[in-house]
Amino acid sequence: MSRHSEEVLLHFQHVKNKKVDGVLYMMSERLAWMQSSKQSFTYSHAYSDIKAQKISADSKERVQLQLVMHDGSANTFQFNNPAGREAQMRDRESVKELLQQLLPKFRRKLSSELEEKSRLLQDNPELFQLYKDLVVSQVITAEEFWSTQGPKYSAKEKNEQKQTTGVSAAFLADIKPETDGCNGLKYNLTADIIESIFRTYPMVKKKHAEYVPHEMSESDFWRRFFQSHYFHRDRTALGNKDLFSDCAKKDEEEIKSEVEKKNSDPLLNLAGHKDGNLEEGYGGVNDDKRGSITPANLTMIRRFNQHSTMVLKACQEAGSQSTSGTSTSNGTHINGSMSKTSQLNGIVDNVHQPPQKKARIREKLQYEDLETGLDKDGVNLHLSRMERYLHGPTPLTSTRYTSTEDLISATNCVSAEIDTWNPDLTHVLHGSTAVSILGELSPGGALMQGTSQQLLNQMVPEDIQNELKQNYNALCELLRHFWSCFPASSKFLEEKVVKMKSTLERFNMAKLNPLKDKLQANHYSLDLTGHMQDLLSTAYTKFDTWQTRRMSRKT
Amino acid sequence: MKLNVDGLLVYFPYDYIYPEQYMYMMELKRTLDAKGHCVLEMPSGTGKTVSLLSLVVAYIKNSPNDVNKMIYCSRTIPELEKVVEELKNLMDYYERETGDKQELLGLALSSRKNLCIHPRASRGGEGTSVDAECQKMTVSYVRRKHDKDKSIELCDFYERWEKDGKGTVLPPGIYGLDELKEYGTKKGWCPYFLARSAIMQADVVIYSYYYLLDPKIADIVSKELSKKSVVIFDEAHNIDNVCIESMSVQITKRTLDKCNANMDLLTRHINRIKESDAERLKEEYLRLVEGLKETSLNRDTDVIMANPVIPDEILQEAVPGNIRNAEHFISFLRRFCEYLRSRLRVQHVVSETPPSFLKDCSQKVCIERKPLRFSSERLASLLRTLELSDMSDFKPLVLISHFATLVSTYAKGFVLIIEPFDDRTPTIPNPILNFSCLDASIAVKPVFDRFQSVVITSGTLSPLDMYPKILDFRPVNMAMFSMTLARTCICPMIVSKGNDQVAVSSKFESREDPAVIRNYGNLLVEMCGVVPDGLVCFFTSYIYMESTVASWYEQGIIDQIQKHKLLFIETQDAAETTLALLNYQKACENGRGAVLLSVARGKVSEGVDFDHHLGRAVIMFGVPYVYTQSRIVKARLEYLRERFQIRENDFLTFDAMRHAAQCIGRCLRGKTDYGIMLFADKRFSRADKRGKLPKWIQEHLKDSLCNLSTDEAVQVAKRFLRQMAQPFSREDQLGLSLLTHEQVQSEEMQKRMEQKMQIM
Repeated sequence: MSRHSEEVLLHFQHVKNKKVDGVLYMMSERLAWMQSSKQSFTYSHAYSDIKAQKISADSKERVQLQLVMHDGSANTFQFNNPAGREAQMRDRESVKELLQQLLPKFRRKLSSELEEKSRLLQDNPELFQLYKDLVVSQVITAEEFWSTQGPKYSAKEKNEQKQTTGVSAAFLADIKPETDGCNGLKYNLTADIIESIFRTYPMVKKKHAEYVPHEMSESDFWRRFFQSHYFHRDRTALGNKDLFSDCAKKDEEEIKSEVEKKNSDPLLNLAGHKDGNLEEGYGGVNDDKRGSITPANLTMIRRFNQHSTMVLKACQEAGSQSTSGTSTSNGTHINGSMSKTSQLNGIVDNVHQPPQKKARIREKLQYEDLETGLDKDGVNLHLSRMERYLHGPTPLTSTRYTSTEDLISATNCVSAEIDTWNPDLTHVLHGSTAVSILGELSPGGALMQGTSQQLLNQMVPEDIQNELKQNYNALCELLRHFWSCFPASSKFLEEKVVKMKSTLERFNMAKLNPLKDKLQANHYSLDLTGHMQDLLSTAYTKFDTWQTRRMSRKT
Repeated sequence: MKLNVDGLLVYFPYDYIYPEQYMYMMELKRTLDAKGHCVLEMPSGTGKTVSLLSLVVAYIKNSPNDVNKMIYCSRTIPELEKVVEELKNLMDYYERETGDKQELLGLALSSRKNLCIHPRASRGGEGTSVDAECQKMTVSYVRRKHDKDKSIELCDFYERWEKDGKGTVLPPGIYGLDELKEYGTKKGWCPYFLARSAIMQADVVIYSYYYLLDPKIADIVSKELSKKSVVIFDEAHNIDNVCIESMSVQITKRTLDKCNANMDLLTRHINRIKESDAERLKEEYLRLVEGLKETSLNRDTDVIMANPVIPDEILQEAVPGNIRNAEHFISFLRRFCEYLRSRLRVQHVVSETPPSFLKDCSQKVCIERKPLRFSSERLASLLRTLELSDMSDFKPLVLISHFATLVSTYAKGFVLIIEPFDDRTPTIPNPILNFSCLDASIAVKPVFDRFQSVVITSGTLSPLDMYPKILDFRPVNMAMFSMTLARTCICPMIVSKGNDQVAVSSKFESREDPAVIRNYGNLLVEMCGVVPDGLVCFFTSYIYMESTVASWYEQGIIDQIQKHKLLFIETQDAAETTLALLNYQKACENGRGAVLLSVARGKVSEGVDFDHHLGRAVIMFGVPYVYTQSRIVKARLEYLRERFQIRENDFLTFDAMRHAAQCIGRCLRGKTDYGIMLFADKRFSRADKRGKLPKWIQEHLKDSLCNLSTDEAVQVAKRFLRQMAQPFSREDQLGLSLLTHEQVQSEEMQKRMEQKMQIM
């Protein structure tokens, strides 16, 4: 079972799984466990399947390691080295270390495409059903399925653009250092925090890419990060030894360029507030010019500002378009100002500045309660699924109330109309024909066959409805494929038509007929599958005519 | 709506009106009728500007013989532009209602940096560089030179304005800064000089305080404005400081060094001219002998430097003989500079009055008072005669000459303080000579004397009687208005202790106490968790904020704040702070929420509004006293006591409270807005502090809200915010805090409003 050519990186005796003693092997691509009495692996987990590892707390009696898989399952191993607890801990630590190094490598290997597809299927139940109907039941191949469905959905996804989660401002604070007892500090980093750091400080990400793993290990990198002044806001740069000193410099430059970028919000431009008539050397009576005593404090304050700015930017870059629409402010006019300010941030050339500036000032001047007709242009509502909005929890029948005056005036109106009514007798139908037409048009008549007093959705139970719907979906999809082949101008299309025809037949056999039988077994008076069969037969006839024509051409 | 305000038809550009707006107009009308000055306090965010404009415009239209001009002074450029927009709005309303084209000319004026359209000169962006560039191209002798030598560059816009535009009248309308620029570009005229000349014909002039209060500028710009003008100082709670600043001078060693270089340069120029064109100097000498005023003084562009003293004090006689000769004058200045240099070489702090300084000066270097008084005028004449193109180099020398003139003109109301070093760094010698004006009434006196009505108004002027005292004028009307509210949309409270019952205060003895700092921090953290969107905090001073933030970082409070909101902090760099503000606003708008730490008396507290979601709560950490150890402040307090019988403590508290109120009031605009106003200092609950808050805040500051702990405050805030989150419609307000046309004119309502107001 196991390939013996694999390199075994680590193996440990005395590892229990489900209370059975065994041996844990760590190989180059997978982790496996073998019961001591057996010769084959009981469990074998490819690293790419493992999502995360968890270890038991130090305080716990048993020394355990849990592996969490991508599919949500988990497997727990207990280290049971007879040499004592310390040896157990050591065993586990080494497994943990190795896993820590290996997992990220394999994670990247995991095909992003597959992930994307599985996500798509998970997010769209309809698509998933179709997939089940067509691919799992082997009506069409998976590639065919994705080649047609994939682009449709991924495009839709892009339009919807999921709202990205922002970065917490306090993510650095969440890394709480713990003393390890001997004059050292231990920082706990999670993948989330690392991501936050990367998103907020792209420079660190760049550094990380540069140095890890070519020049230093992951942990070494982070150790240096925590030692650097870059992390400690109140320390000033010590020199060029620091790995992150140029990060700080870059950030500084960025902020400077941001500062220099012409800020055109006239209300916030503090430098331009004063009318600049007090020249150097005058005044100086009231302004308290006592500056900071310690330059460290000043840099710290600037870094707080910078940190907040970066956090804000990290969120904005992700959803720059979506913010204007989905912002959750508490007044409509606020949203208005929002979009304006975001425009104002850009570099605005002088020509366009005044109207914007004016608009901003005017907006500040408005008193909403002093004016009557305030046109509240709110946010545009974007509905990805209209029906959801329309079929919300509102009562289905909206009763319209009519007042007595309305009623009276309506009756008056009708009676007045009747008074003046002149029958146009020359254009009137003959009595008996009229009666027969009325008969046809009333429920049960020839023209109103399908309509009975009962509604269809009341007659048919829910599960059958769903099944029908699924079948319709699948059939339509297949038919779409089928019809899209016409005119069959190329060899490929011709082949596809033939293939689709057989697929349709298979569908008819495998899905539609059982359904029909089932419906009959339940004694439904209505022919629920009739339309589907019509569709199929139309397709068949089309195929037949096409086939005969092709044959005749060939001969 | 069209209102009847005490018999005057006022067009008010809204359909509804707040009762206090109506009352405000009423009081304003009475003041104008009485042709006197007034002090009016009206809650911030209740539409003061629009009421002012509506009434005064109506008054001008109705009785142009009594009042023919409105001069609206504001503090910052954005405020100025807001006024322009309001006025435009009002005139649009007039036009809509009457159907006639309005003949009113409204005009904003600002310095060259905001108005210049010359492609090269305006690129500088800095006020002084634009001024210098402009001067280089427009001064008359440069233009004369251009006639001979075409390579000398002139400003086309100015030339075209000089040629075509000077005599023309600006078509009626409202011209903001941008409209002026646009008009200037269209016509090819210089907007700055266009505006300068147009303010004479304009009905409404909107500019900054300095154009009236700084004698150096007021003399050039506002000299010929009509006496029948109404002058309005909006946001005037800080007016005394503006007056004082414009007449104070600071001289350092560097200034004197630069002066020496200036004088060397002048000597060289004088020698050069003596060789080439001795006639010119002789001519100037003769003119000074005769005591003739400059003939070309009327030319706008030639005003290189104006006299720093108020016009009444300028001597109308000939320049004394010993400084008439250019070389003599330079050596005179040299001597004076040397004298100043020797004074700066002191080891201990010196504080003296102008007379004693003059006496010492005449004993040591034999410089008398009279030539000193003329030195700024004499320097102006010399610079003009030498026809130098770049005047901006001579700033330090101009400063010295201004100082000389000021010190020899005013015997009272000024103080000279020489500090050999900064108090915090006694080992580093850094001598500074501060010549400070102590009396705000000196600069503002000509305004009160000259104009018929001066209106001092702001949201925070309490206690009202302080302003007439320190500005030394007699108002005919003083009133403060409370805010009528259908729902209490402000929630002032005083937090005096933390959860551990330790009193919180920013007073000097306890401000470094870790318990106090922690309590302040916890208060902020807790409020962050409760208050939505924006939260603004003000500290008493920049150093205090800095040290507090550092301690908070060590105590882990910053981290806790960041868990709730993004953190932005004001710095002393204006551009950096602007960026922080911009991001703060962004964070508030996208729902993220943010905290802004800022400083009372700082740039943010003076010029930025935090209305609606930008400031749902304002926290004032500590009482924002001025830095009392400053010798200038001490001298001013002493002067106020002697001259106006204002006790030191009274003035300090008044000053602190007006700044506190100013900070706190930033969060409100209109009655649909709401905000928490949190005073975090034990001392606020004392009667002398509480009593100095504006009435509209005091009213809602109940006794039960005056001595809260952090926890209690959070509870109050929670309850308040929940109430405010309920829907609030116009119907709730109507008849109470919002009036329709019929309601405001009903007699009963007017009586009710009358009772609510407080007239002093």
